[in-house]
Amino acid sequence: MSARGEPAVRCQGLVHAYGRLRALDSVDLAIPAGALVGFVGPDGVGKSTLLALIAGAKRLQSGRLEVLGLDPSRRADRARLARRIAYMPQGLGRNLYPTLSVARNLAFFASLHGLEGESARRRIALLSEATGLASFLDRPAGKLSGGMKQKLALACALVHDPDLLILDEPTTGVDPLSRRRFFELLAAIRAARPAMTVLFATAYMAEAERFDRVVAIDAGRILGEGPPALLCARTGTARLDEAFVALLPPERRRDHRPAERPPRRGEENVPPVIEARGLGKRFGAFTAVDRVSFSIGRGEIFGFLGSNGCGKTTTMKMLVGLLEPSSGEAFVLGEPAGADSLAARRRIGYMSQSFSLYEELTVRQNLELHAAIYGLPRAERGRRVAEQLARFELAQVADRRPPALPLGLRQRLQLAVATLHEPEILILDEPTSGVDPIARDRFWALLIELARTRGVTIFLSTHFMDEALRCDRISLMHAGRVLAVGEPGTIAREHGQGDLETAFVELLAAAEASERAPLAPSAPTVLPEPPPEAAASAAFSPARLLAFSRREGAELLADPVRLAFALLGPIVLLLAMGFGISFDVENLRFAVLDQDRTAESRAVVRALEGSRYFEPAGEPTGSAEADRLLEAARVALVLAIPPGFGRDLVAGRQPELAVWLDGANTTRAETARGYVLGVVERALRELAPGEAGTAPFRLETRFRYNQEFRSTAAIPPGVMMMQLVMIPAMLGALAVVREKELGSIVNLYTTPATRLEFLIGKQLPYIATSLASFLSLLLIVLFVFDNRLRGDPATLALGALLFVSATTAFGLVVSAFVRSQIAAIFATAILCMIPTVNFSGMLYPVATLDAVSRAIGQSFPALYFQRIVTGVVNKGLGLDSLWPDLVTLAGFVLLFWVLAVALLPEQER
Amino acid sequence: MASLRITFRLGLKELWAVLRDPVLLGLVAYTFTIAIVTVARGVRTEVRDAAIAVVDLDQSPLSNRLVDAFLPPWFKPARAIELAEVERVMERGEATFVLLIPAGFEADLLAAREPELALLVDATAMTLAGNGAAYARAILEREIARFLGREVVPGSLPIRLEVRARFNPNLEAGRFLAVTQLVNNLTILAIVLAGAAVIREREHGTLEHLLTLPLRPVEVVAAKLWANGLLVLVAALLSLEAVVRGVLAVPLAGSPLLFAFGAAVYLLAVTALGVMLSTVATTMPRFGLLAIPVFVILNLLSGGFTPLESMPRWLQLAMQLSPTTHLVAFAQGVLFRGAGLDVLWPRILAMALIGAGFAGLALLRFRRTIAAVA
Repeated sequence: MSARGEPAVRCQGLVHAYGRLRALDSVDLAIPAGALVGFVGPDGVGKSTLLALIAGAKRLQSGRLEVLGLDPSRRADRARLARRIAYMPQGLGRNLYPTLSVARNLAFFASLHGLEGESARRRIALLSEATGLASFLDRPAGKLSGGMKQKLALACALVHDPDLLILDEPTTGVDPLSRRRFFELLAAIRAARPAMTVLFATAYMAEAERFDRVVAIDAGRILGEGPPALLCARTGTARLDEAFVALLPPERRRDHRPAERPPRRGEENVPPVIEARGLGKRFGAFTAVDRVSFSIGRGEIFGFLGSNGCGKTTTMKMLVGLLEPSSGEAFVLGEPAGADSLAARRRIGYMSQSFSLYEELTVRQNLELHAAIYGLPRAERGRRVAEQLARFELAQVADRRPPALPLGLRQRLQLAVATLHEPEILILDEPTSGVDPIARDRFWALLIELARTRGVTIFLSTHFMDEALRCDRISLMHAGRVLAVGEPGTIAREHGQGDLETAFVELLAAAEASERAPLAPSAPTVLPEPPPEAAASAAFSPARLLAFSRREGAELLADPVRLAFALLGPIVLLLAMGFGISFDVENLRFAVLDQDRTAESRAVVRALEGSRYFEPAGEPTGSAEADRLLEAARVALVLAIPPGFGRDLVAGRQPELAVWLDGANTTRAETARGYVLGVVERALRELAPGEAGTAPFRLETRFRYNQEFRSTAAIPPGVMMMQLVMIPAMLGALAVVREKELGSIVNLYTTPATRLEFLIGKQLPYIATSLASFLSLLLIVLFVFDNRLRGDPATLALGALLFVSATTAFGLVVSAFVRSQIAAIFATAILCMIPTVNFSGMLYPVATLDAVSRAIGQSFPALYFQRIVTGVVNKGLGLDSLWPDLVTLAGFVLLFWVLAVALLPEQER
Repeated sequence: MASLRITFRLGLKELWAVLRDPVLLGLVAYTFTIAIVTVARGVRTEVRDAAIAVVDLDQSPLSNRLVDAFLPPWFKPARAIELAEVERVMERGEATFVLLIPAGFEADLLAAREPELALLVDATAMTLAGNGAAYARAILEREIARFLGREVVPGSLPIRLEVRARFNPNLEAGRFLAVTQLVNNLTILAIVLAGAAVIREREHGTLEHLLTLPLRPVEVVAAKLWANGLLVLVAALLSLEAVVRGVLAVPLAGSPLLFAFGAAVYLLAVTALGVMLSTVATTMPRFGLLAIPVFVILNLLSGGFTPLESMPRWLQLAMQLSPTTHLVAFAQGVLFRGAGLDVLWPRILAMALIGAGFAGLALLRFRRTIAAVA
């Protein structure tokens, strides 16, 4: 632990670039230990990058960085740092596991840090008590309100008692009451752990006022740093937000002024454009919106306030027709909301809470696409797009794609899209969440202009009190009900002695109190002892590995549909393929072109007709017609008997008998040829018994391993093998890339967990699932398809274990390599199919493959398990003859592990 | 008209999304080149390069002749093994056939004592065992007859059986497999691309956003179908010309234009199937798992691998609902038999009807699943 006075973090000349864009431009900074340091600044200026670098989540590009006296660019130091740092990335609950319960999330983070047993339980109990989560332990994290999610994320971050706590905008998108509680919690924890350093990025300047120190950042550079009071004093301003503006370079400061709202004039008596009467929505037993009524007039700016999850978003979705109300009714522009009227939708602009534009399109392409969707006249589109780019100050980033843009710019793009078609109504769900103060002011200037000069009705939700004050009227919601409606000034006077935030907190607290005991934070004065260093310091920890397994397993169990697909899909497939793939060709349709019509020729035809392999399909009159039958695939073969056949046969002149096969399907053609030969031969023997004489030798053909030559003996074991490639590989293939897409991969980067623990840990539940699948498939192979286990069952079981380990590990390799889930699914399907179906010996014997194909087959596990399966099921073999295949499979497991670890980055680039 | 224009515009967006994903493009390229060439060149359905081993306990001139009689292209040169090795060779699948020539075979034959040869066949190799055994028997009979100086082998046929394989005179499996493989990969690609595109939009919230815009679900779905379908169609046609006709030198009989038309209809059907699956499996991990049995069944049971005739009747009927069954029949008709629209129109009609069914179901479920997720 750093001694007091020595900096907890020291940066020198830190530079970080994304392509040509410099996110950090030579940052020098020293942060004293034990301080609460705020990072403020507009969006996209490098706050998040700086914090991610300090947390070790991003790879250092250039410059020097020292964290708690250690160097994050060295792997060994990073491993030690991971045990002393906690990092909470930006985004509500981004590093949590949404399908897992609160308790499981906490337990997972605890075991990542080597906390097990009694001490872990005590610590989790204390933390959940302190955060007020104790009564929600069984609720899935994804179903918590935004404020609760952040508290859970904080509890997870605190579970290992870090020396450095890094919080990236933890209060963004969180309502004032939850925000206040978050701070109370943080204060209590700091009181108990005064040595802990806290880095805290925020978009709320008011929040930053209470920090020990503030670092103001703009355009990748530090504008100023020090205690808030000092910054204000230095710039001669009263409040921190003013101080920030004063610190900005003059050209950025130029046109900044707080948005003012001119009063509405003479529009009090117009008919409402949005009206809700007793609107309600239930999801199962949960009432999201409970009999809400309001009416909004033309040109009004109507604000929706309330805690996270109080029903604001649901109400808005009902208004735009995304959700059907369970009760009550809503009218928008005089029509019932959600009516399938495209004309009505053209008059509304909607912006959802999370970014919902195309990430693969550039800013300009997104606008152009929407111009087309809104049906703007072609001639106007270019002009409108250019106008919006200019008005929302997006011109500079017009050709960049949204993922490369900071949240604030993305929100601006969403608003530009929502207003592109000049709608009469704007429904905006938290449009300024995550947007910095300056950008918010500009944004509001636009809204006010739209409302006042163009009569646009604006219905928006927000957590910012200064924004609420700019609305004409606001509505305060809680738990699906409206607590108060009115002008913001009036509400502030009536409930909060003139202060809106106080009114808000009071009203919410009162509403909560009427429901249940208040959730006032009762932070423990004494936190339990930190985990013993030794427990967490192992380079490879089975406990952490199992923590990943438990979590992945719980996620799998929380998704019974996926589990059902994984277990039932193979069974359906095995049954279909087992019955369907057959090389016993039957009922081949044939045509006869009999130009002889003698007793002999009819005998040949009858023999074919009488065989179960053939089915007569007419007698064409000439060879042209016979040809057409083949061409139209009406028959698989034509038997052509030339004139004089019978005569020549009797005379022993060996007449010709022609068979025309449809060669389009070569398998079928080959088999048909063999059958015709057999049937004709027998027929001729019967015609002329004794003439053939005796053969000089006997050939005894013994079909081994499958005497009856049944397809059901040969095919189902192979299909089982195929299933144990495809499904386990697919399970593994999404395991890593999904975390990459959804963000929880950051837990690998910033906790002591190693890549091998992460990968194998995730793999275990999939191996278990695949073994269950193996067992079900084996039972079908044995009992439905009537086979016996002739060989050693233990060898087969061991083979199956190694095989599904190899195939799930193959999935992990794919998953570590690709960036999107689509690519993962696609790569797995395509890469597995060919070596499995064609080159494994499942359908075609390996011995007949050419050198290249055989090499491909041999470099994939399928071939070896195919040998084990047919070896044990059909050939009655055991370990003594199959051990080389087992060893090879084990080799594949190791190889895939090595590859997956090598392909999986340790840090974000 | 406006609706068509919107559908077109949304589809362009779809194409753009794929075209700027290099990994995805790389996989598409692999699918239509390497994946087809390796299978078409590597796999043999006819008796070709069959592996045979011989235990020659006779070591006579005749037994040597017999060993040498197994010739390419049907058999690989016979491998001489010891009696003790027989089990191992067969167990490891190193040889599909093992011929046992007993001691004194030649002497017994000349003394007309009807000696016995034994041919052991690995019957787990279903595709090869039956036909290969028949070939082996014919070779042995011919060779022994020649040895005995007889023209016609007693016990052989009193006729000459003239087998002519139409459309593929030498029954080269590579031709058949190249087209089968093309159809298979087309199916996988279309289902995965279209289905995953919908789920991606759902997971990223863009689908919900689209439904608040002046758009109808049918336009959103139609855009997915044409864009992904077109992408796969272009790749498939390029592959047919450059890889199947070019690299693999497969002579193609019919009109490429007719094939393109049929393939286009088919692609609309399978992309619709992909979209429909995406409304059943609403997350990517679920979709990946659901897609596998679907495309494997379509690919392996639609007559492309094993003939439809040999399936149980109920399965044959069920597979009539698979658009792939009709495409396989259509593709073989056009490309090998040179058949025209007059013969093949029922196949196209069937694909169109099945596709319409899938599209209808997809649309029906589309809105419902959005609401459920929201």
